[in-house]
Amino acid sequence: MSAHSPAAPVGGKLLNLTTLVCGVLIVAALGVLLARFIFGLGFVTNLNDGYPWGIWVAVDVVIGSALACGGFSVAMLVYIFNKGQYHPLVRPALLASLFGYTLAGVGVMFDLGRWWNFWHVFSPVHANPNSVMFEVAVCISAYILVMWIEFSPVFLEKLGRHDLKQKLNKVLFFFIALGTLLPMMHQSSLGTLLVLMGGQINPLWQTPILPLLYLLTAIIMGYGVVLFESCLASSAYRREIEVHLLEPLSKVMLGMLGFYLVVRIGDLVVRGALGNAFSFSVAAIFFWFEMILFFLPLVLIGSLGARRNPARLFQAGVAIMLAGALLRFNGFLIGYDTGPGWSYFPSVAELLVTVGMLAIHVVGYIIVTRRFPVLPREEATAAH
Amino acid sequence: MLSRRNFLKGCLAGSGAAAAALVPAPASARGNLERPPEALGLLYDATLCVGCQACVAACKEANKNPAEFRAMDHLWDTPLDTTGHTFNVIKVYTNGTGATKDVETDGFAFMKTSCLHCADPSCVSACPVSAMRKDPVTGIVSYDADACFGCRYCVAACAFGIPKFQYDSPTGRIGKCELCRHRHKDGHYSACAEVCPTGATLFGRTTDLLAEARRRLALKPGETTLIPRGRLPYGDVEAEKANTWRREPDQRYEARVGNYLQHVYGEHEYGGTQVLKLSAVNFEKVGMPDLPPRSSASISETIQHTLYRGMIMPVAVLGALTWVAKRNVAPDDDKAKGDQP
Repeated sequence: MSAHSPAAPVGGKLLNLTTLVCGVLIVAALGVLLARFIFGLGFVTNLNDGYPWGIWVAVDVVIGSALACGGFSVAMLVYIFNKGQYHPLVRPALLASLFGYTLAGVGVMFDLGRWWNFWHVFSPVHANPNSVMFEVAVCISAYILVMWIEFSPVFLEKLGRHDLKQKLNKVLFFFIALGTLLPMMHQSSLGTLLVLMGGQINPLWQTPILPLLYLLTAIIMGYGVVLFESCLASSAYRREIEVHLLEPLSKVMLGMLGFYLVVRIGDLVVRGALGNAFSFSVAAIFFWFEMILFFLPLVLIGSLGARRNPARLFQAGVAIMLAGALLRFNGFLIGYDTGPGWSYFPSVAELLVTVGMLAIHVVGYIIVTRRFPVLPREEATAAH
Repeated sequence: MLSRRNFLKGCLAGSGAAAAALVPAPASARGNLERPPEALGLLYDATLCVGCQACVAACKEANKNPAEFRAMDHLWDTPLDTTGHTFNVIKVYTNGTGATKDVETDGFAFMKTSCLHCADPSCVSACPVSAMRKDPVTGIVSYDADACFGCRYCVAACAFGIPKFQYDSPTGRIGKCELCRHRHKDGHYSACAEVCPTGATLFGRTTDLLAEARRRLALKPGETTLIPRGRLPYGDVEAEKANTWRREPDQRYEARVGNYLQHVYGEHEYGGTQVLKLSAVNFEKVGMPDLPPRSSASISETIQHTLYRGMIMPVAVLGALTWVAKRNVAPDDDKAKGDQP
């Protein structure tokens, strides 16, 4: 394994325009949530029985957790495939994942109509192991716990508890293994959720191989997020971009993307579902948006020269994040049709909560990277 | 200090215990579940329905549901569809002049909307906390609000759009027809069938209801036949004597045979349902979805059971991952240089 420089806090002020704006957005979201818990889901959301799941499920949980797969994707590369050179990317990626998943877990509570019974899913009296939702709920909860354990050395370092950290390090490999298995399980199951909805889901997004498609895209999105985040953190904190790491990483991403596209298109052809893509419908248009976004990274960073260009890496990262997000958005909302008469468009209040969740993520990332040893130590340029 | 070997053993044992608790090792390929032999249900004959909505009112009363107003005057219960507070509705199909009953063009027709009590219900497969259950004897798909945590996966999953959520309340529940199971102990059956004046909604065992449906389909349209009302007696005399339903006078009457489509809706749809329907107008036109014979629950659970049967696959993968991670993580830590996770 190659040597790597230890992580260090970036430092600097916590109060700036970004965190201030985020703070306002968070307060707005909390206001909406207060109304939601006092008056019910219908008071703030546009949910209805034709669309019982809106953006709080499709975006905050399904897409949010997939976008939080950076930690899983990079940890798998480093610890399972033994690519130690990517080690400096682990902590920042894991941090984003930690926030993403924790927020997805909290977000579920906002959406649960009878939230005070949430613990039933962990109770043997109530649990239904046949339910895909059961698998998703238990597995995501376990993963959030595992991730906090995986990330805890950062806090232990800060607190100076090196004794505890060394003890934890001895067994950390098991949590890393568990932290690789659990996302595989629930990210695939998030796709399987749609199988039960049968013909209500457009054939473009309804297939028995949904678990494979959702797992593959979650991993790919994980790498996309790392590209996005590394470029963004470097630019915002005026640090050097780790192109020497991101170039080969993006190549790994492209390889997996190629495999995914073969599986995805092959499945559409074998099931005879491709015809739906050529009908004039909203679903077909969104399908093409999704496919274009999935193909975009191949064009953007297909050549070695392009992969060394931070701007291109950033664009490719964003494209793949949007592509995977759209696959999920299409499956859960655009391609979901419960018959005539039903429609759904998120309310302003719903959007405020989703935006507020994103704001928590941004503020959390800023606070932790500025105060805790997460990003690789910068020798040359000082951080602001 | 734990040795690596013991630690691994402990991990495996722990995962094994968790696995045993999680999945009761079912068979992986899973076909449609069948109706229980004594399954209860309804037979709705659209050609007999006069659209009086007595069943809608009776359902409201039996389930203590509030009126829902869709008209300005707020005088009458006027639900347009089933909701979290309305478990049964009679809908009307109209076309063109709407002159003739049970005719697709320039005609009209009625259709009952309520839970069909699937043999292999999506909502039961969906529910993570077993709030939706299928009774092993009666096959009634029941809902337990005390167990429910309100995820609404049942609402999303049901192909018939039956479970509905009460979005208007901070403590909303799911609302759906449970065949008035709370009235069974007093000998009462489904209120909608009890009050139906024409026998369009008939209560009984699904096997008997299916036989009655087939009898009607075999008759010639326009001729007269005896139509039972309320509860259809059990097909076998002994079982009819033994049951505990309250005794009623013979309510049969002579009616004209409808111009039926040769299709008992619910016999095979989605693995079969316990509520069956007859119609003269195309079922899709009157709002009943065209569904394949295989239940979605069987497909979904086949996938889940293949991946998670006995938790063998996840535990094996975890074992392999642990072994690899141990090799790749440990040397880093021993040298105490890689003080990162």
